Amino acid sequence: MPDTPLNRRHVVAELLVDRSDLLVVTGLGSPTYDVMAAGDHDLNYYLWGAMGGAAMLGLGLAHAQPDKPVVVITGDGEMLMATGALATIAIQAPANLTIVVLDNGHYGETGMQLSHTGRGIDLSRVAASMDFNYSERLTDMKSVHQLRDRIHRKNSLNFAAIAIDSVPIERVLPSRDGVYIKNRMKLALGQKL
Amino acid sequence: MTTSDTVDWQSRIVTVLNDVDIRHVAYVPDAGHSATIKHCEADTDMHSVVLTTEEEGIAYLAGASLGGQRGVLLMQSSGVGNCINMLSLQSNTRFPLLMLITMRGEWAEFNQWQNAMGQATEAALKLMGVLIWRANQADEVEGLVRGAATMAFEGDQACAVLLGQQLIGKKEWSK
Repeated sequence: MPDTPLNRRHVVAELLVDRSDLLVVTGLGSPTYDVMAAGDHDLNYYLWGAMGGAAMLGLGLAHAQPDKPVVVITGDGEMLMATGALATIAIQAPANLTIVVLDNGHYGETGMQLSHTGRGIDLSRVAASMDFNYSERLTDMKSVHQLRDRIHRKNSLNFAAIAIDSVPIERVLPSRDGVYIKNRMKLALGQKL
Repeated sequence: MTTSDTVDWQSRIVTVLNDVDIRHVAYVPDAGHSATIKHCEADTDMHSVVLTTEEEGIAYLAGASLGGQRGVLLMQSSGVGNCINMLSLQSNTRFPLLMLITMRGEWAEFNQWQNAMGQATEAALKLMGVLIWRANQADEVEGLVRGAATMAFEGDQACAVLLGQQLIGKKEWSK
């Protein structure tokens, strides 16, 4: 695979350009910091734990908010813990949901041990085998830009594994207060608390 | 146990779920939940989400709640063990969570492999801060489920109703 690894912060910033009513769910660890680094937002839902839960949380949100685009931005380790969830999501197939795996092939929070994707498993082929409408492994910024537009079209269930480098990068930390992050988004969506 | 007993408490669960505006049912199938699942699958206003493993449902319902809607998670007691770390979501976020759990391994259990998790179910949920009620008779079910739903959705708590094996009846083992 002739991957040219991308910078994770550039990738996430590009995905969140002109985000409008986009709802964002982040998987614990670096993806949470990457989304925060792109700019804190009331419509960001950051996970700091519950490993393996990001994609399913995105599915529930996409079902409950069918008029808004939802993107889950997570890492390869977090997604690998919930490969079964890809099957659950594929069956539901909401047209407003995109799952993005920032894939550096390593467990970044725990000492950069090689993950399964770092040993050759391609999650985009897993999702493709489950009939996601779109499932690709992306290795260049042009494709990332096209994915950003696809996220907002709300006409297909999408999965993308984006090849990123594993160069250490400064952590940009959002609030760890789960109730605050929850209520902030609910208020922004016009709900009563 | 007669068929009419079974239909009665299961249909009362459906009544309560409708009354409290449940829009999402996430489940790993179990015979004890079959009437509820069948009803929800047939209801086009309801999202029925079959899971590969029970903890998916906890994250799913958190997302639905974030989006402003209510749901319920149906599972068998063996699935409770799969949920333990994911329940840290409720501890940290206070998303409401309503779980209905059919019990195995507690009475007239023909398969002793069910016993270890069945016996640990209640304690495991308590360790993670889940509020628990147990129904052993058909006429207890509706009130307990309604009360659990109130505390889940009005008080943002994680709540579980255990549907006892004496209620569900002995599983017939076809040889």
